[in-house]
Amino acid sequence: MNKIYRDAAAALDGLFFDGMTIMAGGFGLCGIPENLIGALRDSGVRDLTVISNNAGVDDFGLGLLLQTRQIKKMVSSYVGENKTFERQYLNNELELEFNPQGTLAERIRAGGAGIPGFYTKTGVGTLIAEGKEHKDFSGETYIMETGLKADLSLVKAWKADTEGNLIYRKTARNFNPMMATAGKVTVAEVEEIVEKGALDPDCIHTPGIFVQRLIKGAVYEKRIEQRTTRKKEAV
Amino acid sequence: MPWTRDDMAERAAKELKDGFYVNLGIGIPTLVANYIPDGIDVTLQSENGMLGMGPFPYEDEVDADLINAGKQTITELNRTSYFSSADSFAMIRGGHIDLSILGAMEVAENGDLANWMIPGKMVKGMGGAMDLVAGVKRVVVIMDHTNKAGESKFKQACTLPLTGTDVVDMLITDLGVFERNGSGAFMLTELAPDVTVDEVKAKTEAAIEVGNHLS
Repeated sequence: MNKIYRDAAAALDGLFFDGMTIMAGGFGLCGIPENLIGALRDSGVRDLTVISNNAGVDDFGLGLLLQTRQIKKMVSSYVGENKTFERQYLNNELELEFNPQGTLAERIRAGGAGIPGFYTKTGVGTLIAEGKEHKDFSGETYIMETGLKADLSLVKAWKADTEGNLIYRKTARNFNPMMATAGKVTVAEVEEIVEKGALDPDCIHTPGIFVQRLIKGAVYEKRIEQRTTRKKEAV
Repeated sequence: MPWTRDDMAERAAKELKDGFYVNLGIGIPTLVANYIPDGIDVTLQSENGMLGMGPFPYEDEVDADLINAGKQTITELNRTSYFSSADSFAMIRGGHIDLSILGAMEVAENGDLANWMIPGKMVKGMGGAMDLVAGVKRVVVIMDHTNKAGESKFKQACTLPLTGTDVVDMLITDLGVFERNGSGAFMLTELAPDVTVDEVKAKTEAAIEVGNHLS
């Protein structure tokens, strides 16, 4: 079966419907599926629930979909870099479900692994715990969190082979591996596609079973949010 | 003279012990990395998926795929490993990280911490803070003692939505250091230069004890 599509629009063809739930990988702007997000914007699909750790910045990443008002609800842990988001949320134009970052990661991992719920100490005694089942284990209180799945997962990796096996690079891995497992359909974009056999099987991060469609991204801007450097010491 | 941001970071760095795995929060806690004492070897964890965080890069080393949890460009070391967010929070929630140093908006006398939202005003999110305070063995908070209006941020009870309950083990402010054993009361144990116990008491809403050597 051929998993490789010629571009982002082709890879997403037939997968969209209004009101769908989409997971998008990345932490800040690092490791985001920027080509697939562009195609998502161009498709005009609406009323999206988007599960992603962050919401991009005003003019890049998922911020593009906020500008076009395609997102109805975000499920995130931190959205502090996006003014459009803050304005839309405070004006009640956007629903928001905050999840602690570790809870979000584990909910996605669980969803992809067929685990409907789990207990965690994170958030006990806070707003996050309201309305959730509490249970004691060995004298400590935990809350129940549920697994998350999506109609479509969009992930970014560094390299893939033609089987859809993926390798991520440095901290661009973040939420991508779990999201790849939790989509009914997972579409991956990568910087390079190699022939099968060209990747070391011991070094595959996401096995190809989790990836249904694959593209080589046309362009990678890889914008940096906080370019922080140090000066070379004088010799 | 109250402590500066760098002074507070330098004081917090004294809490590092040899061999510790440490997570530093965004803001002042990030500065702690500049003051790691000589002879102390610590490994810094970044919750976006990195263990063994190096210094900021030189201009020609900047890599968009290599950032810390504050989204700043960073470098790797020869001990570095990379992993997913799920593995990262297994380290944090599973109790494998020795120390977390975090910023705060409010700390209460019972160890409650608030640092993630101001209802109706500011929407940022908790990021990994709720996981860190729930799972890391020891939590040190650095914050200014008062807000811009001069009101105490070290309170009887937090007024902002909580990040965690009974989680703060040590508080470092620009006025001094407050330590806590288990779930007991905070005790003032150190003062910034030229700051008096009376000044700290006047600027503190929380009920505190004062160390014998200071009173």
